[in-house]
Amino acid sequence: MLLLLAFAFALMGQRDPILVPEVSQHEVQVRQGFTGTELLLFGAVLDPQGRAAGSDYDIVVVLKGPSEPVRLREKERFAGVWINAASSDFRSVPSYFAVASSRPIGEIVDEKTAAIYEFGTDYIQLSPSGVIDPDEQARFKAGLVDLKTRQELYKQDFGGVQISEQVLYQSRISLPSNVSTGTYTAETFAVRDGRVIASALAEVEVRKVGFERLVAESSQEWSLIYGLLAVALSVGMGWAAGRLFALI
Amino acid sequence: MDVYLPIANLSVNGLWIVALGGLTGILSGLFGVGGGFLTTPLLIFYGIPPTVAAASASTQVTGASVTGVLAHGGRGGVDYRMGAVMVAGGVIGSGFGALLFRFFRAIGQIDVVISALYVILLGTIGMLMAREAVQTLRGTANAQAARRRHHPLVASLPMRWRFYRSGLYISPLAPLVVGVAVGILTMLMGVGGGFILVPAMLYILGMSANVVVGTSLYNILFVTMATTMMHSLTTKAVDIVLVFLLLVGSVTGAQIGSQIAVKAKPEILRLILAAIVLMVAFRMFLGLFYQPDEIYTLYPL
Repeated sequence: MLLLLAFAFALMGQRDPILVPEVSQHEVQVRQGFTGTELLLFGAVLDPQGRAAGSDYDIVVVLKGPSEPVRLREKERFAGVWINAASSDFRSVPSYFAVASSRPIGEIVDEKTAAIYEFGTDYIQLSPSGVIDPDEQARFKAGLVDLKTRQELYKQDFGGVQISEQVLYQSRISLPSNVSTGTYTAETFAVRDGRVIASALAEVEVRKVGFERLVAESSQEWSLIYGLLAVALSVGMGWAAGRLFALI
Repeated sequence: MDVYLPIANLSVNGLWIVALGGLTGILSGLFGVGGGFLTTPLLIFYGIPPTVAAASASTQVTGASVTGVLAHGGRGGVDYRMGAVMVAGGVIGSGFGALLFRFFRAIGQIDVVISALYVILLGTIGMLMAREAVQTLRGTANAQAARRRHHPLVASLPMRWRFYRSGLYISPLAPLVVGVAVGILTMLMGVGGGFILVPAMLYILGMSANVVVGTSLYNILFVTMATTMMHSLTTKAVDIVLVFLLLVGSVTGAQIGSQIAVKAKPEILRLILAAIVLMVAFRMFLGLFYQPDEIYTLYPL
């Protein structure tokens, strides 16, 4: 926070607005009963003189989950049967991506700027590798974004940022229960005249805690013991049920 | 009741999973099959990742078969010698299965392979069972009379052992091969393999009918244990919370099922089982030919 403030003040000299972002929670705990959560991204935007400046700027917030390399496979009809055919690799696919803005992106910035700052699910930078053909590349990318959108992992909400009293902005972004764990970054941009003139960053840690963390970690690190436990659990429960019902 | 599954990485309605376990439990109590052939596709349909579904379903089948083995064992309905040979084969088979699983996943065809296996196996066996059940109901089953004998190919194998409880004097290679085949399928499909084992024991090995169900369950018990271990070590996809929920339902369901089994007519039961098996096969069959909901699938690298 202090760093961000310092960063914001350092920008003052250049007649840039001051952006003070905050997230409702910096840690999302994935534990038993977790069904997803809603993050409130909010903050204040002031002009260089420290006055309310909300009417002069548009606000765009981008929440991004940790990236991972993936292979995307495409099904094709082969002799009547749908099988996996072509595939394409992407080196950095954000596991989660949400963007919200105070007005439709098309009215705020041009396409080039939108692409640079990833304002919209169409502009996510995925670092494709393998397939070179641009048409094919675009098709795979569209397929990936569509898939992730329907899993509620990618979303865009133009108009999802409210600016109140010309100084406070806020946006609600929901995380579904199937989110990956890791460090999420919430970036806030102030846009004026089609240019991004200030940006600020906040981080959100999503992690499993307690029993869920224990299970996830032990399945990876002590897989032999984990397997034996799973077997013991099922044998034990089967046996116990047999004894129990024999009594009834 | 929302329950978060730590390995599948998503939240599910726990009551649905328990109910699903209960349904497969009733089937296993009624028919002596594990019910994995129903659990895995239904879990996938619910949105659980396919690998997690297959791995966890095979762990659940272990629990569902324990009770059956104990019950049948008490009545002398398990040929332990035959069972041990098959289990040995099953363990080898699940090792092969793990390799195949990896191979098909690497070339990206694992889901197609699984669906195709379901269609072929369930379709064939469902059809055979339905035909037999209808014949017995009509009273036209004439083939029933002749003494069950094993397949001529089995007789030609060298090195014979005596399997007293099965009433057989055959080479252990035959049950070993059957065990290997079932082990592979268990690993790939997340099923116990009872629906393949029982007919194989009856018609290929020619075992006497009173030890077939018990020995089949005995084999399923140990092979699913082995596949659970394989999955834990290779795919790391066994979700212990999911397993627990399934077990709560299935161990209860198994008891209810075996209560019903005592009262109902076996021919009717077999006809119902055949219908369920055929329905699952048909649904899978359509899935292969209809345009899938998802053209694109993601695989982590």
